[in-house]
Amino acid sequence: MLLFSVQPHQPLDTLPDTASTHPGAMVHAFLIHTLRAPNTEDTGLCRVLYSCVFGAEKSPDDPRPHGAERDRLLRKEQILAVARQVESMCRLQQQASGRPPMDLQPQSSDEQVPLHEAPRGAFRLAAENPFQEPRTVVWLGVFSLGFALVLDAHENLLLAEGTLRLLARLLLDHLRLLAPGTNLLLRADRIEGILTRFLPHGQLLFLNDQFVQGLEKELSAAWPR
Amino acid sequence: MFSAGAESLLHQAREIQDEELKKFCSRISKLLQAEDLGPDTLDSLQRLFLIISATKYNRRLEKTCVDLLQATLGMAACPEQLQVLCAAILREMSPSDSLSLVWDHTQNSRQLSLVASVLLAQGDRNEEVSAVGQGVLRALESRQPEGPSLRYLLPIMAKVVVLSPGTLQEDQATLLSKRLVDWLRYASLQQGLPHSSSFFSTPRARQPGPITEVDGAVATDFFTVLSTGHRFTEDQWLNVQAFSMLRAWLLHSGPEGLGILDTDDRSEQEGSTLSVISATSSSAGRLLPPRERLREVAFEYCQRLIEQSNRRALRKGDSDLQKACLVEAVLVLDVLCRQDPSFLYRSLSCLKTLHGRVRGDPASVRVLLPLARFFLSHGEAAAVDSEAVYQHLFTRIPLEQFHSPMLAFEFVQFCRDNLHLFGGHLGTLRLSFPNLFKFLAWNSPPLTSEFVALLPALVDAGTALEMLHALLDLPCLTAVLDLQLRSLPASSERPLWDTSLRAPSCLEAFRDPKFQGLFQYLLRPKASGATERLVPLYQLLQPMAGCARVAQCAEAVPTLLQTFFSAVTQVADGALINQLALLLLGRSDSLYPAPGYAARVHSVLSSQFLALCTLKPSLVVELARDLLEFLGSVNGLRSRASLVTSVVSPQGGHCADDHTDEAGLPEPRPDPQGLSVAVKDEDPDSESSHQLHAQQGGCGSHLHPGHGAADPAEDAQCGPVCAHTQHGGVQPPISPRCQHGPAPGLAHGQPAGGEGGRPPAGMKGQRPGTPVQMKRVRESWERRQGPGWAWHPQRPMGLAPAHPLGFVSEPFSPRQR
Repeated sequence: MLLFSVQPHQPLDTLPDTASTHPGAMVHAFLIHTLRAPNTEDTGLCRVLYSCVFGAEKSPDDPRPHGAERDRLLRKEQILAVARQVESMCRLQQQASGRPPMDLQPQSSDEQVPLHEAPRGAFRLAAENPFQEPRTVVWLGVFSLGFALVLDAHENLLLAEGTLRLLARLLLDHLRLLAPGTNLLLRADRIEGILTRFLPHGQLLFLNDQFVQGLEKELSAAWPR
Repeated sequence: MFSAGAESLLHQAREIQDEELKKFCSRISKLLQAEDLGPDTLDSLQRLFLIISATKYNRRLEKTCVDLLQATLGMAACPEQLQVLCAAILREMSPSDSLSLVWDHTQNSRQLSLVASVLLAQGDRNEEVSAVGQGVLRALESRQPEGPSLRYLLPIMAKVVVLSPGTLQEDQATLLSKRLVDWLRYASLQQGLPHSSSFFSTPRARQPGPITEVDGAVATDFFTVLSTGHRFTEDQWLNVQAFSMLRAWLLHSGPEGLGILDTDDRSEQEGSTLSVISATSSSAGRLLPPRERLREVAFEYCQRLIEQSNRRALRKGDSDLQKACLVEAVLVLDVLCRQDPSFLYRSLSCLKTLHGRVRGDPASVRVLLPLARFFLSHGEAAAVDSEAVYQHLFTRIPLEQFHSPMLAFEFVQFCRDNLHLFGGHLGTLRLSFPNLFKFLAWNSPPLTSEFVALLPALVDAGTALEMLHALLDLPCLTAVLDLQLRSLPASSERPLWDTSLRAPSCLEAFRDPKFQGLFQYLLRPKASGATERLVPLYQLLQPMAGCARVAQCAEAVPTLLQTFFSAVTQVADGALINQLALLLLGRSDSLYPAPGYAARVHSVLSSQFLALCTLKPSLVVELARDLLEFLGSVNGLRSRASLVTSVVSPQGGHCADDHTDEAGLPEPRPDPQGLSVAVKDEDPDSESSHQLHAQQGGCGSHLHPGHGAADPAEDAQCGPVCAHTQHGGVQPPISPRCQHGPAPGLAHGQPAGGEGGRPPAGMKGQRPGTPVQMKRVRESWERRQGPGWAWHPQRPMGLAPAHPLGFVSEPFSPRQR
């Protein structure tokens, strides 16, 4: 079975007013995963390093035993599918823009990451492929890490893009992700701390600079760097 | 960074055995039981989170351990680090049958928020969503200052509403609307106090300053998300939360959202002068019922945001936020006007002014899309001619901003989602396809599936031929767009192009006045009605044919061609079908030389040619001379083998005797004379040879429509195609799943099959070749081509298509494991 297929085209007159059927202005999931170097013989797999689903889609009524287990498996597969697709999109964009693979390594860990110039993009996931509802994925590639938000289909993309950039910046800063030897696998508490403040329950927030600073102070108090 | 160390850590976490995990859990249980909340516990919980989250299969934890995790979550004195980990572990195990977590309103709001995150992850198996919603509502009702801070709870409400729209009773919805009004409109205009004031600070220093605007001026009106200060009060935080969830709430609490009828009968008031006046008057507004009052406040809030966005922000972050606020304000106004048309007249002038303001500002380009949607939705009702809005949108924006991946996606999504609103303006959209194709040519991986959905709406009989040319020239357009970017003066925002590619000759050609006409034709913003032969450009731009972006675009074209043909065959009349067939043959040797492109395109064109023949049987007769000319002119045969076979196949179709081979197939050698020789060598009496010898109107050779039938037209009806259909068939000519050409594992955004789906009426169950006939053609063909030539005049349609995004995916069937 294919993971992603294009939805059959609907005739014009039957197109639903999608904005009113999926009004959610929320984020469904956030994930961090690996990006393999393009144009290299990297045989590793795309790894999801962290993911958080904000409020699960309603579980199907499944009378068979182990329904919960299957449900969890499905959710994990969904997130992995998004990660792979982001990786593929990012690689294609990198190839198209002729970026050398060494761009995946930071020159130095102190370097300010120019997030405004990082590869980024968005794509749509049709309903049932892989989520029940149609979703939009916004992604950002920073060296060998991919950051992605899975959004309800009609979210404010500009706000989502800004929030993703903010999250990536906070994660890079507070987890020192670019320093050699650090990894985020055993620092989930910090990631959770950042998400509960800046993306509570998947709610995109209109935070001006001072609000961001206020939240960051709060974060630093709870997690001294 | 992700290192080898991290990879091995992941492996360890995945491979840990049940026995080991059990020991590890009992260690954690001991730590938690002893209420040891130190670094050891933190480290162990971090590891446990990794073990649970690193695998997609369930991990069984001891019940004691799960219970202790839940108990720790409720512990008042527990540090946040540990509690977020406990919640994350429980959430990662979800859905889980062993959970006993409940909403306990005595906990602080940070804990409640974590409990909610676990409960909402359960998939609503036991109506957890509604339980959480009711819990938050009780906190909303209490209004006690010592109660849980609502700042952490409001986002939960937003999620509950999205997950389970019917969860609130009407009085509860009214309550929430009332509270939102308070937060949105009446947040304090003084900054918050510092948490601890030092002994030495003077009373004056403790005076909170006023809230300011993003440009530093003292706030002129009520507090919004664009108001700033050094510290914020609780109600200011709630203002931010309230606006962030406003649109979702308006939609859910609107007339259609909750399934609750508005108490007053709006249908009588709508559009009446009375309602406009009463809604405009602010004093009357305060007397409105809560839901209407919320709309009124939302309207004022949006107007204030639009006004605030005009200020020059001192910080980059605030400047970005201004744009996002403009987008949201327009979206909210759109919702308000849909729910209550009396807002329309008040919104229009403000939005027209806004459009005038942002249209000249490249940094605000993203705001144009929601604005255009607003005018699409309401322009007609407000009797506003918004054609200028679309003209600007479709003419300037793609031309200037095609290289922005986010805008490209949003623009195409805007077109796709609002097709039903275009109505009279669909013509503007359709004529703009050359501009829309720029987004596609530059960003083909994420946009191919979008265009597969959009293309059928763009296809119009009047521009079909021009569109087919444009689709075939898409990779060439990619190369030209690249040149266009390179020739622009360096801008602050560097678009992503391949700096490693050096093609000075191409850039020179791009600037050469001699070729300006051709380049400008390819870069035209609108359908021009004319077609230019771009062959000189293909040669000039050959050095760019191998670059990655061109290759990606070339990968996408076959899928788009399929979609195009399945759409065009539904609007095309006989004449257009003939023209399409001719264009298809004519373009087969005139393609941009991107590697592998011609072969993939030929594969699609050949199957589409057969489909056209099936759709219009008389085509073979009407175009007989052109078809023969095509066969006679074929030079580089190997490159167009599939197409030649397709052209031959319907002709061979009406030779049901044993001489098909000799007569039905031209000599497929690179020698153009080969055909005539072969034909002339045929026995003129042979029945089968008629098809190539028949004279019609005394002007050269034409296909004889059949076995000596008197009336060519009549015969055509039961000629080649009838022969095909009589034998029964399997596939519709344009299969929604057919995928030609793309190398496996290479393709990117190739959607799994076109939207296709709907074969033209009367075409179901047909196939363009009978088994016997196909076998003959095949044998003959293979004999002539020699060994190593695979026969695929039409690849069996419905074969598993390449993965739409190019990565080899595992079968997605977790439920079967």
